[in-house]
Amino acid sequence: MEWINAIVQGVLLGGLYAMFATGLSLIFGVMRLVNIAHGDLIVLAAYLGLVVLEVTGPLNPLATLALVVPVMALIGYVLQRGIFNFTLGKDILPPLLVSFGLSIILQNSLLEIFTADSRRLTAGALEVASFPMVEGVDIGVLPLMMFLTAMGVIALLQFVFYRTAMGRAFRATSDDPEVARMMGLNNRHVFALAMALSMAVVAVAGIFLAMRTNFDPASGPARLIFGFEAVIIGGLGNLWGTLAGGVVVGVAQTVGAQINPGWQQLAGHVVFLIVLAVRPRGLFPRIL
Amino acid sequence: MTAPTPFEVSQATRTSRVAGVIAIAAVAVLAAAPLWAGRADMRLLSEIFTYLALASLWNLLAGFTGLVSVGQQAFVGFGGYMLFAIATFGGIHPLATVPIAGVLGAAVAVPVGILIFRLSGAYFAIGTWVVAEVFRLVFAQISTLGGGSGSSLPVAVVRSIASGRDLREWFTYWCALVLVIGVLALVYGLLSTRRGLALTAIRDSEVASESLGIDIWRTKFLVYIVSGGATAMIGALIFLQKLRISPDAAFSVNDWTAYVIFITVIGGIGTIEGPIIGTIVFFMLRETLADLGSIYLLILGLVAILIMLKSPRGLWGFVVERFGIELFPVRRRVQVGALQGEGKAPREPG
Repeated sequence: MEWINAIVQGVLLGGLYAMFATGLSLIFGVMRLVNIAHGDLIVLAAYLGLVVLEVTGPLNPLATLALVVPVMALIGYVLQRGIFNFTLGKDILPPLLVSFGLSIILQNSLLEIFTADSRRLTAGALEVASFPMVEGVDIGVLPLMMFLTAMGVIALLQFVFYRTAMGRAFRATSDDPEVARMMGLNNRHVFALAMALSMAVVAVAGIFLAMRTNFDPASGPARLIFGFEAVIIGGLGNLWGTLAGGVVVGVAQTVGAQINPGWQQLAGHVVFLIVLAVRPRGLFPRIL
Repeated sequence: MTAPTPFEVSQATRTSRVAGVIAIAAVAVLAAAPLWAGRADMRLLSEIFTYLALASLWNLLAGFTGLVSVGQQAFVGFGGYMLFAIATFGGIHPLATVPIAGVLGAAVAVPVGILIFRLSGAYFAIGTWVVAEVFRLVFAQISTLGGGSGSSLPVAVVRSIASGRDLREWFTYWCALVLVIGVLALVYGLLSTRRGLALTAIRDSEVASESLGIDIWRTKFLVYIVSGGATAMIGALIFLQKLRISPDAAFSVNDWTAYVIFITVIGGIGTIEGPIIGTIVFFMLRETLADLGSIYLLILGLVAILIMLKSPRGLWGFVVERFGIELFPVRRRVQVGALQGEGKAPREPG
């Protein structure tokens, strides 16, 4: 029974990883940018939640989303217009190295401001609330919320992508930036909007991460890697595939931890490498 | 009919010949360091050598081959652990384990390369990082090597390096010097050959070079393996100096990749001179700003971003553009009329 429990918890954890991944996947899809600072931005969102809670006093951490989401979106817009737009081009080096530099800057700034102590957003009764699914398998309310939120985020992104004018602009600049510009789109603005949207998702992911586990200024890179693994396992450019990828990484980790507590992260990475060896294009490559 | 204009293709310039003479003199002076330098100075010099070697190898990957890796700490840590394992349990002289670590590093780079070469561009970068994490987590599980908390090199093994402490430090110093010269020679040599031409061709246009018959995958793969092996040797040497290893120190992304990337970017990516300039700037900054701790890294990050945005070829690229100097030229120049005598200005190709 503990195995089934491990799998169920892994599936729910996969929702969180899918949220790490969708932001990454979104900007890669629109502008072929891989943001190495993605994980550190997730951690930044978590610290923003912490600051908001320190000002407002005890609140449900989810309430901080009302402020953290717009602030992160704004940060994303400014980052794109101020820095990343100048790195885009044929050469992959500038965006990679600039986002790597940004990652180091974020980590060390957070370290200076908040010290290396690990922090957490306490959610009171919500943290431990659970209901039994079957005998021996309890479903936590928070992990379930996490998973449903991930589904909601992906559904919303799909809607934005395929049903709105903004989504049409995203797809157009992704397909052919030159022609998109000819049609009157301002690519720099479109890219900045995509980054803002990605950072809005990052904000949600960051707050959930902070409620689920401890975090510190150095937590970012591991989140980037989990998200990245979900993207590759799921298949590039397929958002629902990314959710599946997140679930695969999550289940691998909880089952690995069930075998040996030291194997949690390792098991996730190993499954990723196996998928890469067997199905390099991911489980569900983009269907168009 | 006019006779074809005589021409010759050469790499060397007058500056590069002067630079070559100066470089040989510098090596002689550095090799004699035990005569003129104190213990602390020699330690600092060894560290400078190891960073210069790491930066040159990373530059070979990213700047000349287009393989941007943020996971070279995998090989540094692997080399370090191989030194500890072989010297402790194999009873082999610690200095002799350095080349063995190199061979093993190259060997482990083969399956790793086959796997992560399936990822392209930026995703390759993060893939290398995953591999480094896997290495770190695996070595943290090996309890005979100290597990998660690491281990020290046994005193008997340390004593076996050389009879006295001074001699021991000289040996590791010379080893570092030999390695860095070897790495620089390797990079320069590789880029001067046909394969080097193929590499830069691939970096500049994969499609065009493939149409000329270059096997892109093979060429890149070879460079990845060579640099993996060399990086493992440097890793072995680094931990021979430290005498202590732990998974977090061995596979540190800050120490073995972030600094190395910043050195290369600041000095000038895609040039042989870049890592040299970058290493000098890096250590000058570090000696003055070391007290600032994490602010120092923050400043480095900012400088690297500024350089990437404003002058992507780094400080050395700026010098080349401004003055046309190349100390280690790997570009070929066509000298029209060179056989007819001096006096005619050499022309740049194209």
